[in-house]
Amino acid sequence: MRIFVLPAVIGVCALLAIAMLTLPGWDRPPAQSVQKGYRGLGMVQVDNPRTQAKLAAVNQVPEEPWPLEVADPETTAADIYENVPVLGHLPAEQFDRLMAAVTEWVSPEQGCEYCHNAQNYAEEGLYTKTVSRLMFQMTQYVNAEWSENHVAPSGVTCYTCHRGQPVPQYIWFEQPVETGGGFAGNRTGQNMPGYEVAFASLPNDPFTPFLDGDQNIRVIPTNALPVDQVQLLTKQGEWTYGLMMHVSDGLGVNCTYCHNTRSFFAWDQSTPQRTNAWYGIRMVRELNNSFLGPLQPVYPPNRLGPTGDAPKA
Amino acid sequence: MAEYQNIFTRVQIRAPAYAGVPLDKRDDARWGEATYDRLVGIFGDAQIGPIYLGWYGVASLLCGFIAIEIIGLNMWASVDWDPIQFIRQLPWLALEPPPPEYGLSFPPLAQGGWWLMAGFFLTAGILLWWVRMYTRARALGMGTHVAWAFASAIFLYLVLGFIRPVLMGSWSEAVPFGIFPHLDWTAAISIAYGNLYYNPFHCLSIAFLYGSALLFAMHGATILAVSRFGGEREVEQSVDRGTAAERAALFWRWTMGFNATAESIHRWAWWFAVLVTLTGGIGILLTGTVVDNWYLWAVKHGVAPAYPATVPPIPDPAAMMGGQP
Repeated sequence: MRIFVLPAVIGVCALLAIAMLTLPGWDRPPAQSVQKGYRGLGMVQVDNPRTQAKLAAVNQVPEEPWPLEVADPETTAADIYENVPVLGHLPAEQFDRLMAAVTEWVSPEQGCEYCHNAQNYAEEGLYTKTVSRLMFQMTQYVNAEWSENHVAPSGVTCYTCHRGQPVPQYIWFEQPVETGGGFAGNRTGQNMPGYEVAFASLPNDPFTPFLDGDQNIRVIPTNALPVDQVQLLTKQGEWTYGLMMHVSDGLGVNCTYCHNTRSFFAWDQSTPQRTNAWYGIRMVRELNNSFLGPLQPVYPPNRLGPTGDAPKA
Repeated sequence: MAEYQNIFTRVQIRAPAYAGVPLDKRDDARWGEATYDRLVGIFGDAQIGPIYLGWYGVASLLCGFIAIEIIGLNMWASVDWDPIQFIRQLPWLALEPPPPEYGLSFPPLAQGGWWLMAGFFLTAGILLWWVRMYTRARALGMGTHVAWAFASAIFLYLVLGFIRPVLMGSWSEAVPFGIFPHLDWTAAISIAYGNLYYNPFHCLSIAFLYGSALLFAMHGATILAVSRFGGEREVEQSVDRGTAAERAALFWRWTMGFNATAESIHRWAWWFAVLVTLTGGIGILLTGTVVDNWYLWAVKHGVAPAYPATVPPIPDPAAMMGGQP
């Protein structure tokens, strides 16, 4: 008996240990769970203090270049500088400070010359200047129009997305349709380890239909029994599922952060975070349609995607 | 007797090979010579072969081979015939059914035509294997219980890939061939039709599935526990109850007040196993055809309870803006 049992027990333990250490998705304890809904519903948020500490570290707001002191609010940027159509209304001192901050937020290594001609700052030569002007307008638009529903109370700055990089890390392009050489091996936009959908085999470009286009995200019928005709929902459900996996992975939360998973569609059982996410999806779609997508002709070819589209949020 | 106190079978019989009952004139010959293997003997009977394949077996394996070839080559084509990527991405790869616009028509090969062909050959292979199960049981003079239990599993398979898609009018509702993709499909159909958790036939299927595991554990443990009294000779024990069957029955009568018999425990096990896929198949059959949203169905019939809200209920922003809910 001992001959078989001991090696078997040791073998199983060793296999489990190897699996825990090597497989992705395992997280070392402690895992702290906080109940977020009525008991028995599994509405629990699981956090790990180590992951949260890491997240807090990368979410540090950079130091301001110098304290904001406006001695002369009457003198605006437009009074001193040429060609400042978007920010000309700011006091000149505030404008200078903002430009210094933007350099730290967006192009800390490249400096002012990333957008400006060093010989003549007012000149319109560089495409980056055209892009950044629209980005200022986009930021103003977000803080003015979406402050109530999505970005309040903190608002957004360039740093919200750029994080010290001229091209923000989390952008997406439309992907060319893969048909696998024409007659076989069609992946139908899914069935590959998709980073965008948390390595599920779900459709891995949920952005084009939902964050650029306005295809219907809602698939779950709101009627118990079929009304007019049979509804073919499973494949469409996979697309919505892909988008939701992206949101879940991006926020580092489970489905239950927004939904009561016993009835994903039911708003009266969802958490307030779902409202925020609903407006967030609409906001991103609007920014892609009104600001980021239309910049396509401005970019040089190396900044465009494989199908020639502009980078989007 | 200590042989029985082990997690593996320690007793291995070495005797002149048993070739089986005489075959009917219409049957093929059995293939191969009987050999013995000690390792195999640890897990089952140490005798391997001869095997009876017959025309149904040959046809079944051929159809199965064609199906696996179509699926496998499509998966390989989807990584541009890269052998390393084929292995690395294998769990993600799939052969997808056609998109909804093709309905029940035969789509172009890359748009699900291959899926339809793979499904045809896989189904043919499985049905031919069922015929083989049935005819081999008859040839041995056995009952056909195994074949009918297998038929229950085939029923679920056919509901998923054939009957429900036909009722829905589209192949797009069927399951893709792939490891992760069929799991994602499972999650997607459940969520899209309002949570299969509230489908009563899904509930039954799970109860029978878990029940099967419980019964299997109880029965296996009981027989091993009385094997020192010859309890593993179940057929003899059921007609000529020796001390093993008496003790096994007494054990359960003492512990839970009721006991199955050496015969009825196998009826319990057979029905539990058969009902897993039978009720599961009915549950899938009703999804999208008769019921659109299982959660709302459960609310309507008083199955799903309402829970107190812990935060003030939020309105649907789309409805607030005048859009459709």
